[in-house]
Amino acid sequence: MQIKPILAALRRHKAGTILIALQIALTLAIVCNALFIVHERVDRVNRPTGMDESNVIAVQNRYVGSPPNFVPLVKTDVQALRSIPGVESAYATNSYPLRQGGWSTGIQTKPDGTKDGVPTALYFGDEQTLKTLGVRLIAGRNFNAGEVVTVQPQQTPSPPQVIVTKAIVDKLFPNGDGLGKTIYLSKGKPSTIIGVVEKLTVPWTDFDHLDNVTIMPVIFNSGYQHFLVRTRPGEQDAVFKAIPKTLYGVNRMRVLPEKYGVRTYDMVRSRAYEADRGMAILMSVVCGVLLAITAAGIVGLSSFWVGQRRKQIGVRRALGARRSDILSYFMTENFLIALAGVVLGVVLAVGLSQWMFTHFEMKRLSFTYVLVGVVVLLGLGQAAVFAPALRASKVSPVEATRSV
Amino acid sequence: MFAYYLELALRSLRRSGALTALMILAIALGIGASMTTLTVLHVLSGDPLPGRSGSIFTPRLDPRGMRDFDLSENLPAQVTWTDGMNLLNARRARRQALMTGGAVPIQPDDPSIDPFFVSARYTSADFFGMFDTPFRYGQAWSATEDEQRAHIAVIGAELNDRLFHGENSVGRTIHANGADLRIVGVLKPWRPVPHFYDLNTTNYGAAEQVFVPLTTSRAMRLTRNGGVECWGEGSSDEEHMEAASCVWLQLWVELGDAAAVASYRTFLEGYAREQVASGRYDRPARAELTDVMRLLDEQRVVPSDVRLQVWLSLGFFAVCLVNTVGLMLAKFMRRAGEVSVRRALGASRRSVFTQLLTEAGIVGLAGGLGGLAVALLGLAILRMQPSPAAELAHLDPTMLAATFLVSLLAALAAGVVPAWRACRIPPALQLKSQ
Repeated sequence: MQIKPILAALRRHKAGTILIALQIALTLAIVCNALFIVHERVDRVNRPTGMDESNVIAVQNRYVGSPPNFVPLVKTDVQALRSIPGVESAYATNSYPLRQGGWSTGIQTKPDGTKDGVPTALYFGDEQTLKTLGVRLIAGRNFNAGEVVTVQPQQTPSPPQVIVTKAIVDKLFPNGDGLGKTIYLSKGKPSTIIGVVEKLTVPWTDFDHLDNVTIMPVIFNSGYQHFLVRTRPGEQDAVFKAIPKTLYGVNRMRVLPEKYGVRTYDMVRSRAYEADRGMAILMSVVCGVLLAITAAGIVGLSSFWVGQRRKQIGVRRALGARRSDILSYFMTENFLIALAGVVLGVVLAVGLSQWMFTHFEMKRLSFTYVLVGVVVLLGLGQAAVFAPALRASKVSPVEATRSV
Repeated sequence: MFAYYLELALRSLRRSGALTALMILAIALGIGASMTTLTVLHVLSGDPLPGRSGSIFTPRLDPRGMRDFDLSENLPAQVTWTDGMNLLNARRARRQALMTGGAVPIQPDDPSIDPFFVSARYTSADFFGMFDTPFRYGQAWSATEDEQRAHIAVIGAELNDRLFHGENSVGRTIHANGADLRIVGVLKPWRPVPHFYDLNTTNYGAAEQVFVPLTTSRAMRLTRNGGVECWGEGSSDEEHMEAASCVWLQLWVELGDAAAVASYRTFLEGYAREQVASGRYDRPARAELTDVMRLLDEQRVVPSDVRLQVWLSLGFFAVCLVNTVGLMLAKFMRRAGEVSVRRALGASRRSVFTQLLTEAGIVGLAGGLGGLAVALLGLAILRMQPSPAAELAHLDPTMLAATFLVSLLAALAAGVVPAWRACRIPPALQLKSQ
C-alpha cells in the first residue's frame, strides 16, 4: 500500500482530518482514565473483609428508656437470637466490618507509652464472635464465656484478654512472637494477646490501616447495640424474617430502624460501597457512549469523503485498481489519522492522569490502560470506516465518465 | 429573509436525516450529561442561608495540648463547653448560639405506634432567629428558658405530621425517655443545604426534628451525637463532657457589618490571649472567625467524586462538540454545489453564512431539548440513589435556561468554521468542475 498518495489527499482535507484525529485523541484520554477509575472502584467494591459473609445478618438496635443497666437486656436478646431455629451463632457488638461507624484507638507496647500507637478498630464480642464472623484463627485460642467483662460508658475498654489481627501482630512484634505478649489499649491497663486471626477489616472503607482490628470479650453497657447472627445455609431468609418478631416479642421498648434495622451482609456491603459502585457504572456508561459517538462521527465523515470522491474512485477503478485497492485505501487512510490521534491521545491521557493525581488524590494511570485504549481506538476506527470503505469499493468504473 | 433561511435549513436537515439525528444526539448527550453533573455540583455547593451566610460566623480557638502542634493546621471547627459558655454569655454578637447534635426516642401516646428515634439538636435560644427558621405554629424559646433548663421543645414539620397529623401541637407534650417535653413551636419544612451548622452529624442530611435547650439536654442526659476531639487527659466520657478537654460543641454568631466583625475578632483574640495568660491554653493564642461559605469550602463538603464527574462530563461534551464540528463540516461541504449556485445567482457570502448558521442553530435548539430530556432522566436516576444528597438533585430554572443557551451557543460555535469554509468555496470553480 502506498502511503504517499494518501497523505497528499489528506492535505486537501485538513479540517476533517484534524477533527477526527482530535476526537480520537480526546476519546482515548477520557476512556482510558475512566476505565482506570472503574477498575479501581471495582477493586474496592470487591475488597474482602476476612469474614465469611454469606449467611450473616446484622441487626441495629436501640433500647428506649433509661434503665440503670442495659447488660441484662442485651444478654436476654442474644439468648433469644441464639434460640431462633436456623441460627448457628449470634453475639452483641459495637461494630463490624463495613458498618461505617465504630471505635478506634492506638495500641501501645509500654504501660505509659505517650507516642501515637498502632491504630486499631475495636470490636466487642464474646466466645461466639469468631464463629459468627467466620474468620480464621491462625494462632492461640478463642475467648471463653467466663472472660467476657462488662464495660461502662465512661470506661475505656481494656479487658485482660484480646484477639488481634495478623496485621497488628506483624506490626507490633515483627519477630513473629506476638502471641501471649502484653499490649496497652489504655494507660497502665495490660491486655494479653490470646489469639491471632488471619484477616478482619475495620468498619470504615476509607481508613489507612484496613486490617488493624482488635476483638475484645466485652459487653458494653449502652442502649445502642448491634447483633450479628450467623444462620445455617439456606435458612437466612427465614431467620431474617423471624428476627424482628423475636426481638419485639422479648421486649417492645426498642427501635430497629426501618431502613437499616435488619440487614443481610449483602445489604451491608452494597450500602458501604454504594458511591463507588455508582461511580463505576457512570464511568462505564460514559465510556460506552463516548466510543459510540466517536465511531458514529468517523462513519459520518468517511461517508462524506467517499461521496465526495466517487469520481476519483471511478477513475482509479477504470485505470485498473481492484476493489480491494480502494477498500484498503480508505482503511489505511483512517489508520493513519487514528494513529496521529492516538499519539496525541496518549499525551493527553498521561496529562489528564497527572492532573487528576494532583487534584483528586488518585493513583497514576497504569500504562496497560493506555495500551488497551490505543488498541481499542485503532480497532474502533477500522471498524467504523469499514462500511463506508466497502461502499467506496463498490463504486463502478463507469462513474469516471459521468458528470454530477 | 430569516423565514427563508429557516425553510432552507429545515429542508436540508430533512434531506440528510441520519447525519442531523447524529448531530442532535451528540449535542443532547453532551449537554445532558454536563447539566446533570453541574446541577448536582450546583445543589451541593449551594448557599444554605442565601443572603445571610456572609454575616454568620463560627468563632474558632485553639485550646488543644502541645502534642502534634502544627501552626499550619486548621483550628478546630468546634469549641469546648467552657469556651462555648464563656463566649455565649459574653453576648458580644447580635445573636449567638451554642449547640450539639443528638438523638431522642419518641414514645407516642398511641400504644399501637412503636417508639422511634429522631435526630435532635440541643441548642441555645438564638438558633432560630439567627438561622431564620420558619415557624408554622408557636415560636422559639427565650434565653430565660435556657437558664431555667425548661422542659420544652420545638419540633419539625415532619414529626408534627407523624405525631399530631399536622395540627397545631403547641402546648402538647412529647415523651422522650420518660421525660416530658412541652412543645412551644412547630417549624415549617426546613432544610438548609448543606447541613452547615454541624458537619459532623451529616453533610447533606435533613435538619433535626426535635430542638431542645442545650442546658436542658445536659440536665436530662439526652443522648448526644457528633464529632468529639479530645487531647491530653480528655476522654469522651458522657458524664463529664462539661469539664473534659474536648471540643464537641458548635458555636455560631451573627455579626451585622464589617465593624461588628472587626470588633468581635478583637474580642475573640483578646479572649484567646486571656486563656493563654491564665494557663488554660497550652498553645500560643490563635483565634479565627470563619463565615459559613468559607467553612464549607475548608471542610471539603462537596465530595470530590462530584467534581470529578463534572470534569468528566465536560470532557465528554468536548468530544461531542468536536464530533458535531466534523459532521457539520461534512454536511456543509456536501452542499458545495448548492452554495455555489446561490452565490452565482447573487447571494452574498454573508447571507450564505447566515443561512448555514441558521441550520446550526436549529440543531442546537433540538440538541438543547434532547439535552433537557437526558438531564431530567439523569437526575431522576440520581434521585433513586439512597444517599441523603441524592434527593436534592432537581433542575432549577437557571440550569434549565442555561441548558438551552449553552446548547445553542455550542451548536453555533460548532457551525462557524464549517460555514465559513463552505461560503469561501469559489463558485465558478465548483460549478465548472461539476
